[in-house]
Amino acid sequence: MNKNHRVPSSRSLSAVEVKSKFGAEFRRFSLDRSKPGRFDEFYGLLQHVHRIPNVELLVAYADVHGDLLPINNDDNYLKAVKSANPLLRLFLQRKEEADYTTFGTDSLTRKKNTVLSAVLLRPDPNKKKPPVIISLPKDFRPVSSIIDVDILPETHRRVRLYKHGQEKPLGFYIRDGSSVRVTPQGLEKVPGIFISRLVPGGLAESTGLLAVNDEVLEVNGIEVVGKSLDQVTDMMIANSHNLIITVKPANQRNNVVRGGGVGGGAASGSSSDSGASYHGYLPHGAAATAGPTHIIQNFSVGELESDEDDEDVVIEVGGEAETIRRTPSNYSMPSLPRYEPHLNLRTATAANSGSAFSINANGNLRGSGGSSGSLTNTNASSTTPSPDRAKERRNLEEEGTVITL
Amino acid sequence: MKRFRRHGTESQRDRLKQELFQFTKTVEHGFPHQPSALGYSSSLQLMAIGTRSGAIKLYGAPGVEFMGLHDENAAVTQVFFMPHQVELVTLLDDNSLHMWTLRSHKGLSELLEIGRFLLTGPPGAPPSVTRVTAVLTHSSGELLLLGTEGGHVFIVEVPGFRELEEMNISLDQITSCVPDDYIGRRNLEHVEALQENPVNSNQVAIGYGRGLMVIWDLDHRLAIRHIPATQQLESMWWKEDGSCILSSHSDGSYCCWTLRTGEEREEEEKTNVPYGHFPCKAISKIVQLPTAGGPPFLLFSGGMPRASYGDRHCITVIYSKTQVAFDFTSRIIDFFVTRDGPQHTGEPSALVVLVEEELVVIDLQTEGWPVIQTPYLVPLHSSAITCSHHVSAIPLKLWERIIAAGVVQNTQYSKKPWPITGGQNLAPDPPQRDLLLTGHEDGTVRFWDASGVCLYPLYKLSTAAVFNADADLNDNMSQGAEGEWPPFRKVGCFDPYSDDPRLGIQKIHLCKYSGYLTVAGTAGQILMLELNDEAAEQTVEAKIVDLLQGQEGFRWKGHTQLDVREEPVLFPPGFQPFTVVQCQPPAVVTALNLHSEWKLVAFGTSHGFSVYDYLQKNNVLVKCTLNPSDQLAMEGPLSRVKSIKKSLRQSFRRIRRSRVSLRKHHISNTNKVIQEANARLEAELAEMELAPVQRKIEARSSDDSFTGLVRTLYFADTFLSDSSHNTPSLWAGTNGGTVFAYILYIPPAEHRADEALTAQPAKEIQLMHRAPVVGIVVLDGHGAPLPEPLETAHDLARSPDLLGSHHVLVISEEQFKVFTLPKLSSKMKLKLTAVDGSRVRRAGLAWFGSNRTEDYGESGLVFLTNQGDVHVLSLPHIKMQIRYPCIRREDVSGIASCVFTKQGQGFYLMSPSEFERFSLSTRYLVEPRCLVEAPLPPVFSNQHQPKLEGASSALRYIAARRVMEHALLNDESKSLR
Repeated sequence: MNKNHRVPSSRSLSAVEVKSKFGAEFRRFSLDRSKPGRFDEFYGLLQHVHRIPNVELLVAYADVHGDLLPINNDDNYLKAVKSANPLLRLFLQRKEEADYTTFGTDSLTRKKNTVLSAVLLRPDPNKKKPPVIISLPKDFRPVSSIIDVDILPETHRRVRLYKHGQEKPLGFYIRDGSSVRVTPQGLEKVPGIFISRLVPGGLAESTGLLAVNDEVLEVNGIEVVGKSLDQVTDMMIANSHNLIITVKPANQRNNVVRGGGVGGGAASGSSSDSGASYHGYLPHGAAATAGPTHIIQNFSVGELESDEDDEDVVIEVGGEAETIRRTPSNYSMPSLPRYEPHLNLRTATAANSGSAFSINANGNLRGSGGSSGSLTNTNASSTTPSPDRAKERRNLEEEGTVITL
Repeated sequence: MKRFRRHGTESQRDRLKQELFQFTKTVEHGFPHQPSALGYSSSLQLMAIGTRSGAIKLYGAPGVEFMGLHDENAAVTQVFFMPHQVELVTLLDDNSLHMWTLRSHKGLSELLEIGRFLLTGPPGAPPSVTRVTAVLTHSSGELLLLGTEGGHVFIVEVPGFRELEEMNISLDQITSCVPDDYIGRRNLEHVEALQENPVNSNQVAIGYGRGLMVIWDLDHRLAIRHIPATQQLESMWWKEDGSCILSSHSDGSYCCWTLRTGEEREEEEKTNVPYGHFPCKAISKIVQLPTAGGPPFLLFSGGMPRASYGDRHCITVIYSKTQVAFDFTSRIIDFFVTRDGPQHTGEPSALVVLVEEELVVIDLQTEGWPVIQTPYLVPLHSSAITCSHHVSAIPLKLWERIIAAGVVQNTQYSKKPWPITGGQNLAPDPPQRDLLLTGHEDGTVRFWDASGVCLYPLYKLSTAAVFNADADLNDNMSQGAEGEWPPFRKVGCFDPYSDDPRLGIQKIHLCKYSGYLTVAGTAGQILMLELNDEAAEQTVEAKIVDLLQGQEGFRWKGHTQLDVREEPVLFPPGFQPFTVVQCQPPAVVTALNLHSEWKLVAFGTSHGFSVYDYLQKNNVLVKCTLNPSDQLAMEGPLSRVKSIKKSLRQSFRRIRRSRVSLRKHHISNTNKVIQEANARLEAELAEMELAPVQRKIEARSSDDSFTGLVRTLYFADTFLSDSSHNTPSLWAGTNGGTVFAYILYIPPAEHRADEALTAQPAKEIQLMHRAPVVGIVVLDGHGAPLPEPLETAHDLARSPDLLGSHHVLVISEEQFKVFTLPKLSSKMKLKLTAVDGSRVRRAGLAWFGSNRTEDYGESGLVFLTNQGDVHVLSLPHIKMQIRYPCIRREDVSGIASCVFTKQGQGFYLMSPSEFERFSLSTRYLVEPRCLVEAPLPPVFSNQHQPKLEGASSALRYIAARRVMEHALLNDESKSLR
């Protein structure tokens, strides 16, 4: 279906040559660099050109450094297309054939989670090459992380969900329940809040860090003891942009096992599941004895209280807006925005009210100076902002003077 | 408590907080929810009302109120004052008796519970033996006679609740003195009534359920005579001269039994079925009172023909040739008659009737028996309250005009003063005149004097006249035709049935300086009203505002808009409408604001908002906030969803109420079974409600429903465009966390009427957390909130500081945020929901004065959360000051009904009919302060002499017993030593 408009032999400079390898077979085709489309379309196209319509695939590409990187979502797909110069080399693999045992991970849990496994895919698992770090974490948008492993009891898990800038819903439900606590008087049944359901495809499910019947102990560092279900719901929603929940997993077998002599600090890596940077691969034997390896990350307290929701959007309307213009950067306004319906309405009203003001087309982005907002730092440190956010920003810029607070 | 742990400025601030803030629930205004018992003390001139939730409330002269609550959560079934004392006895549903007293403390009386008592029968006796069904407080003031379900009468000495076992009147003693032919036929059943002989306190009449009445001599402990009535007994009344006993029965009849001395058997004088021929309902209470030199007053409740008028709640008053059946709006709980004279034993003056939903007082001395307007216990819910609005410090001029308009409306009331006059109101005069305006479901707005302890109705405004309503307004007033039998007369104002729900008032805004009032309703109608002291006939100009602004794909499925009357309408003096604006689509108005200085009114619905110039009568601004994909808001089921929910809730309540209101003290075994089943059912229902509910955790998105619903509108003269020129502006906040700000151009005063007004969009803030914006406040250069319109013009407020930089405080349900003006950069914020999971439901500005230093005070932001807690935030630094639990969090309607005053007080509906008043301020407190003194011992005339003797003989008996017990105790103590 996509063939008609994707494969035509437009040999212009804007085209990306694609060379795709599946097993022993190669396919060549091209993509329009400016309109790469979405990942699922691309995935369908690959299945089509290889004539393997019902085969589950793992897609990977070789980047400029020769590293093999996965393609499994819109973001890394866009990045792959962007970085292809001029050739985009793809390596396809049957999902069920992918061999993970060499990575020294729990293959069963890995298999369930395609995101994780895809991230760790390497060109040829049979080659006994030393493990390479396949990418920098900043090239990826974090989805979730386990944090504060060193300070929490082993039975607890603190999970951070990065909703910000994501299309994916958080996707879980909570319920009332009762749990048993140990008190000096003996065992005591106390009311608690539990995860009751995970929405398939939601953020919570895709992380694999939360499960049904996990007891929720804290929301962004605040204990939920004594709070009603509605209160906890409201707390979670209020923190939804940067939700950190501490749970007591129903399944306690996958807990982090801390190295005895090393202490908590040693276990702290800075990695996330999609960030995919292992802090060094363990030797296979060690992995087998150490049990499941876990991705762990520590955050400072400041980051726990990160104020990403502070980014209220203020839109200046009308000619007087010039007074606050800071940067001379000018953007044209080529089209009406697609993502902010209320902006649409605003222009409509403006037209109706008859006052002939012009929508100021000045873009202005600036970080909030004083606050310890982690987002500002993230932005500053990341040389290449994620395409998603860049897109979002462009949208606002199209509309008029924008101040991001 | 904490201040010992802190030091320096912290402790200083803590001390200041103690000087500024203090939380107290002060008064309950309105009519008690679900009253269940009524008592009256003629010597104290106090009335007591018990409720189903176990509360007991005492009322005397206006302003004299006491309130007590039983620890047991059981209904109060009977209330009795001890004759000539300040004590009263309550009987609860759980068969416990409680003794209360009014104790003086520092010159003020307080209501205290001083004892409780549970009647214990002989071991092994069934519970019915001790189940109290009738209580008599003996005129000696020392004895309590308790008739039980088992037919026994227990005698208890008070205070102290000491059972006098020797004096008890057992069923056996009664049966032994009644002829066998009567006993043989039937069981006597429970004790239905106990009455004391008014002229001989040694004699009491015991009435049994089956009809038998026995006159018992307490002194000699024997039955003097018996009255063998054959109908099921409902009540007894011993005539004041002691000559005869009236009995009322379940078949709607009453009999008068003359007590002739020396005769063997009493003859039934006459049986009277007042509404006879066809079967009648029971006469539940009968009272006969003599008048000096005239025929007596006969009053009884019930007795209506079962088939035709069985559903009426009537009290019939018969005096001479006049007979009126007062037809009440709800079930009659009880009634009493007040009497003239220094000892309150003279002419009957007023009939006081407690019905389930209101208190009605009828003047029996004025021709036509008009109703006396009640100064308290006014049914706030005569039509359901839909919103309320509080205005502090009303200028005297406006106050007088509103009162004058109200006086014209209340001509039908009796001129007699309020007949219940007990106690002294010692509360100082309120420092200012406050108005509470309540909007009702039937389209009326009621104005209440909320300055003091009594919430007194001042004036009632009806908006229905503007519209072509289907219902005839005089429907309720229509009286029965001449010669109708029974001679009904409707009394009372409780009328919960709204003819047209679209008339319901949703928002009210009154400008106290200009006398302009705007009210907005369910069908998107906004009325502008002006106070006029004269009646006027005028056509109301109607204007339609399309809030959709050409939004496509729209289909409104809600109610239609109201038809405005095109012909001139005669409006009585008071607030008269001159313009009505109708929103299209006619969705419920969700935000309203009035700026009387600029002559602008702003209103919003779930579709958008608009500013209307009521001087030039045109729109200045219309803005659609609707998200095109928001079908739910488009189709407008909001009101429907709500009303379904409400009606479901109400029907549940009704079911529950009807269960509870099964006849109060006649609990037979079958009833118990039913009750248990009901309890089980209720438990199951409760369980069902608790059954695994789960809550979805999802970030808010712009696609959520009702994001465009306008929650708040605010006018401010501030720096919106640049920091050197302040301009009028309008601010609007939506449910989706968006704030719109518009610059308004208002022509100078001389051209105000002809030059066009314009509005220009200036700023827009999308809060990232997307929580509903519930309030917007601009703070001036000193950090103080901007004054109200016209406030500075009347020299009542300091003019705002226009030199320093202004800030805007945006209050969302989840957090408070301060932005600088005009740049709108975020300056401060306070998160609420993220920290403790509570959400802002109501917010208001208030000024708090220190109780130590006269001239110190500060502004604060008062808010109420969905958890029912009230908080105060300091301004402009938005720091939490204090937090108090105020309303149960389950009480959603209570939380939704809360309004704050400018002086740090608040009102919320604790039941559909009662406002609870609370105060957060140490300086402004409106609470009852009253004193009730013990009455002087009654002065007995010769006629009453036997009574005294009788009583004294009983007293002698008690005294003897006391001595004996004392002796016994001494012996015991000696042996113990």
